[in-house]
Amino acid sequence: MEVPILKQGAFLIATVQSALTDADLTGLRDAIVERVGRHRSRGVILDVTALDVMDSFATGTLRDIAHMTRLRGAQTVIVGIQPDVAYAMAHMGLTMEGITAALDLEEGLAHLSQGRPMSPHE
Amino acid sequence: MTELLTTGETRVRIDSDRAIVDARQRGRAIALKLGFSPGSATLVATSISELARNILLYAGEGEIGLQPLERLEGFGLAIHARDQGPGIADLDRALEDGYSTSGRLGLGLPGVRRLMDEFEINTNGGAGTTVRAVKWNR
Repeated sequence: MEVPILKQGAFLIATVQSALTDADLTGLRDAIVERVGRHRSRGVILDVTALDVMDSFATGTLRDIAHMTRLRGAQTVIVGIQPDVAYAMAHMGLTMEGITAALDLEEGLAHLSQGRPMSPHE
Repeated sequence: MTELLTTGETRVRIDSDRAIVDARQRGRAIALKLGFSPGSATLVATSISELARNILLYAGEGEIGLQPLERLEGFGLAIHARDQGPGIADLDRALEDGYSTSGRLGLGLPGVRRLMDEFEINTNGGAGTTVRAVKWNR
């Protein structure tokens, strides 16, 4: 299941559409890191609203994405973690160390835009 | 629901990462049909995901069994993870947070133990590993 990655100004927006296999997750990681370079992006929004489960592999891969994009000069914000998924993660002891999270796409974009003057078209 | 409670074990063969997703989606569907809350069904699905990945990672293949349970106080769902892999050499350490022989987070087994109500592992050198983890409705 390919995750579409859209370019919006200086940001990339990747929206997970359904459950992802481990190979899908690592493919997404590589695609985002490559696109950050290609588009010289300053921020990435990763929308995981449709993700059914956030287990140790998914959490580890999202942490890798955040870390790797930061090393490439872009900040990643994870948005859309559902209440049940957050509950499971908290009980399992999975932490999002070093990862910025926001409630939804709007909050995520607001976070990335902080300190950046909005153009009239944004 | 009554029908499911009397149904036997649902078995999902684990031999690819796609099968991990299939197993956890089957588990979630069964948990919801039994009457678990969406939150509890997510705990079950997350546990299945971890146990199925361990099968794939350490044994190459195996199966996940999903067994509805009944008792006076209510219903439950047992997850059985079975493989014929090399077994777990150091079980105590495998159950410690942050211990992994594959360079990962090391939160899989200890995490599943925290998510479920009952948890037991049988592992023998060369004779495979079985994990039984149960969630009760309460």
